[in-house]
Amino acid sequence: MSTAPNVIKAKQRPGDRVFSGSAVFAGSMILVTLAAVAIFLIVQSLPAFVATSDDASILPDDFWSYVGPLVFGTVWASLLALLMAVPVSVGIALFISHYAPRRLASVLGYIVDLLAAVPSVVFGLWGIGVLAPAVQPVYSWLVDNFGWFPLFAGPVSGTGRTILTAAIVLAVMVLPIMTAICREVFLQTPVLHEEAALALGATRWEMIRTAVLPFGRSGIISAAVLGLGRALGETMAVAMVLSASGAVTFQLLTSVNPSTIAANIALSFPEAYGINVNVLIATGLILFIVTFAVNAVARWIVSRRKEFSGAN
Amino acid sequence: MMTMTKPETPATGTPIANSLTAGRLPTAAPWVILGSALAVAAAVFGVVAIGDGTGFDWGAAILVGALLYVPSIWLFSTLVEGRRRAMDRLVTALVTGAFVLAMIPLVSLTITVATYGLSRFDAEFFTYSMRNITGEGGGIVHAIVGTLLITGTAAIISIPIGLMTSIYLVEYGRGRLARGITFLVDVMTGIPSIVAGLFAYAVFAIFLGPGTRTGIAGAVSLAVLMIPVVVRSSEEMLRLVPNELREASYALGVPKWLTIMKVVLPTSIAGITTGITLAIARVIGETAPLLIAAGFTASVNYNLFDGRMQSLPVFVYTQYANQGNPPEAYLDRAWAAALTLILIVMALNLIARLVARFFAPKFGR
Repeated sequence: MSTAPNVIKAKQRPGDRVFSGSAVFAGSMILVTLAAVAIFLIVQSLPAFVATSDDASILPDDFWSYVGPLVFGTVWASLLALLMAVPVSVGIALFISHYAPRRLASVLGYIVDLLAAVPSVVFGLWGIGVLAPAVQPVYSWLVDNFGWFPLFAGPVSGTGRTILTAAIVLAVMVLPIMTAICREVFLQTPVLHEEAALALGATRWEMIRTAVLPFGRSGIISAAVLGLGRALGETMAVAMVLSASGAVTFQLLTSVNPSTIAANIALSFPEAYGINVNVLIATGLILFIVTFAVNAVARWIVSRRKEFSGAN
Repeated sequence: MMTMTKPETPATGTPIANSLTAGRLPTAAPWVILGSALAVAAAVFGVVAIGDGTGFDWGAAILVGALLYVPSIWLFSTLVEGRRRAMDRLVTALVTGAFVLAMIPLVSLTITVATYGLSRFDAEFFTYSMRNITGEGGGIVHAIVGTLLITGTAAIISIPIGLMTSIYLVEYGRGRLARGITFLVDVMTGIPSIVAGLFAYAVFAIFLGPGTRTGIAGAVSLAVLMIPVVVRSSEEMLRLVPNELREASYALGVPKWLTIMKVVLPTSIAGITTGITLAIARVIGETAPLLIAAGFTASVNYNLFDGRMQSLPVFVYTQYANQGNPPEAYLDRAWAAALTLILIVMALNLIARLVARFFAPKFGR
């Protein structure tokens, strides 16, 4: 045991050194890039935090009163989108993993993935040209018949380009990623659990309720949080579909809508000058921090699940 | 529990032909009920349409019919099969409905883009730029050049970094650095695209003065978005390479770097190519970062390092956002460019699938 010199040292070849060196370099480039993103955004946005309406023409008062409504709009639109997308994506994932015929399942999954391939600007065009006119009559019917419900209070928007339309587009855009994660988790359910449930006489739904859903719960949660991260940062579709006025309101169907951080940057940045640029970059920094936190939470849930379950 | 539901069935008066199929709806029942629900909805909407003198609303009729199907299948199933099976049928209907619901935007989007896009999908569109063009005419040569240059540069930046990072994570990475990189790659996947654009703009604004918008800035922002995708997919593929292959190579005295180059990478090259193609397909449609970092222009610009550069997605956006006279000309160009963009993305996706299918390593015999 005490014969230390017995350890055989591998010969250090130059090829090995270069290769492992460049691998480490590339890996640390990731760290550097993320750090650079944070540092450059912070440096560029420092002037904005102390700016007032005298320095920057887009500020109504000071920076925080400008960014407040935007943060509200971002979170509100994303939550609405998530509210619609979570049940639908869980349904689609169940359909593909447990209901559709086996041979069709992968094709159906591919078709849902096609939605993810559509560029967001095309979703924007579609939202304005097709979706908004299509839902406008529904909105006016809702306002006429359910106007007493605070969310549906009137007057109805004539164009249909409200926050609810934007949230529908967002929901469609985050569907593929959420479906993909849910599907993957559902497929990992131990087959023995499923067969045991069926053997005890459970119907398919009871099998799913007792075996698949408890197993996939954390997967659903992390899919929802990842979808939230996507929805928070989605830019062009919201910028094009939403006709925003910058107000803080919960009403879904009127023409008075809050804007979102990302959409506001895309709309204002091309014409911005001077300190306005810094203000917009500062709002981007806040968006970065929010999505960073949301994604970190999602990953934490996923990794916690890995340690807990013995299945993988 | 199962037997409790059975005594109900003789009450319907039908003779039991086979005790195994008793108390169950016939196989065709869901389709019959769906058909009747659609027919009822169509009849109601038909009467309304005749009464109002308005046109027959196909979409609403089908939607209401489908909504009618859900409670009716539940009702029939409860009557014949009992509560538990009824619940099962209800969930089946809802789950299938969720899938159909998701198909609506996809189908609608495909039809819309195809019909609106084809009106300007002509030779002039692919041979002209927008230089000195107001109103009708013009094309997307400048946007295609920009998209190819910017996306190509982004790929050149991110493929080596992404691939080497995944090699580090799979082959070398131990301890805290590897864990940190894995975590940060995950987080980087979630960076909003517009933040990547702001980052690239901020970097070039600090070094080259404010207001600088160049193709290379756009490429950097796309690279920030593309690197994590490349790392993720390549890492997954490298982990699929069986350890026996590596060990066999080491046993023959092959150095580690040659093992990676000659054994690991060739085995996983199909999957890596697929992942990279999908990553390119993802960033080629990014609008927001290019709008911020590369700007937009009407002329062809071949120089990444000087002047603004147009790209396809930004072209779609600017044609829509800055409509001139006549507005139809601008909208037609936007839709035609959107069609081009979708075709490119779909082609990349198809290539990726084909590569994965035909060049996949053959394990086993």
